[in-house]
Amino acid sequence: MGIVRIAAVVLITIVIIAAFTIAPPLAAMGTSGAASRIFFFHVPMAQVSFLSFVVAAVYAIVYLRTRKTDHDLFSSVSAELGLVFSIVAMITGSIWAKQAWGAYWNWDPRQLFLFVLVLFYGAFFALRQAIVQADARRRLSAVYLIFGGAISPLLFFVLPRMYQSLHEDANQVVVATQGKFNMSGPVATVFITSIAGFLCLYVWLLKLGVAAARMQEEQG
Amino acid sequence: MPKAASSSADRIWAIFAKDARSEYRTRFAVNALFLFALVTLTALSFATGGAGLTPLLASVFFWVIVFFSALSSLAQTFVKEVETKTATFLRLTAPDDAVFFGKWGFNLLLLLLLEAVLTPLFIVMLNMPVANWTVWIATLILGALGLVSTTTLIGALIAVAGVRGALFSVLSFPVLLPLLVVLIRTTEVAFGGGLEVGLRDGFLVLGTYAVVATTAGWMLFPFVWRE
Repeated sequence: MGIVRIAAVVLITIVIIAAFTIAPPLAAMGTSGAASRIFFFHVPMAQVSFLSFVVAAVYAIVYLRTRKTDHDLFSSVSAELGLVFSIVAMITGSIWAKQAWGAYWNWDPRQLFLFVLVLFYGAFFALRQAIVQADARRRLSAVYLIFGGAISPLLFFVLPRMYQSLHEDANQVVVATQGKFNMSGPVATVFITSIAGFLCLYVWLLKLGVAAARMQEEQG
Repeated sequence: MPKAASSSADRIWAIFAKDARSEYRTRFAVNALFLFALVTLTALSFATGGAGLTPLLASVFFWVIVFFSALSSLAQTFVKEVETKTATFLRLTAPDDAVFFGKWGFNLLLLLLLEAVLTPLFIVMLNMPVANWTVWIATLILGALGLVSTTTLIGALIAVAGVRGALFSVLSFPVLLPLLVVLIRTTEVAFGGGLEVGLRDGFLVLGTYAVVATTAGWMLFPFVWRE
């Protein structure tokens, strides 16, 4: 556990420095290339918010099979982290969108996906808080999480394609072409380091959150 | 075993018929559903004041009305069982599959009725003729199927949790959003706007949504229903 914590701190420190020094500005991304630096933080955050959703759903399935409190704690703490990461990813994403597309919010498929993720997490916690009885709370919130997980591939994989085929106005074309860039050399190195760093951060926070939740559970 | 298969269909039918009969006597869900839809439609028609609506706006209005009417009353089939304290009896006498698909069928009937009533009203009050009836009817049926499979599971969840009201919409909306987005696109085509290019993809998504949501709902239902 100590290794993960140290790795998270070291890797993210390196990325913060490298993103502003080693990585060259990418002219294709936004009006001034410097805006592209936010990608080293925004993309890993968005990926972690998606990962925590998957982890939460998998633990929800495990919980329904085993009915062990611990699995429910992993599931709900992962969802909590997912909420935080998806909100931060949404904010960093719209800061970049203002630079590149001229508006903070464009209803780009990726923005829509993050937005729905935040709504879903919000609904999940509203449900958890509304149910007083612990067993019912765990069981019903697990069901909701799994149901959302079953629907989410449609939103994640299908909807962006639908959007591009049905909604091909100027803004969407800009979105489609500017969203991709070829990574090579220092950019790729910094990017991969950042993903590793945020993964370690997620694992560390997950363990910490579960430990805290366990203590709360024991106190009743 | 053909006998077991037919008896399973019989049980689903029994739940469906029980709900339909009970609804026919009280007309609680029907009143809530239809009056809510009518009130919203009147408000929209009055507010737009006969201004020419684009096909996109009209389809947005249509599905907003259907979604919020559905979210105002489709949980009722399960909430009623809990409120009148008949849920335990239902658990004892009927298998989970029969309860889920019986309620599912009843909600589907309600929603199709609502859409059937809303269509002529919509054409008259918002002055929006349907240009392509095939697309329109296919959209209505696929939309109802997707909407019903989600609201049946979440309705059961709400009823068992003992939390009512706003939480039903809060829980349903994020899960229903992909459906809503695609429905608006295909309805736009039915009203004579939009691009027909994506229509096949649109129907594919609607069909997939209905199948995935029904399957997931059916598989998860026992975990909601049994304590």
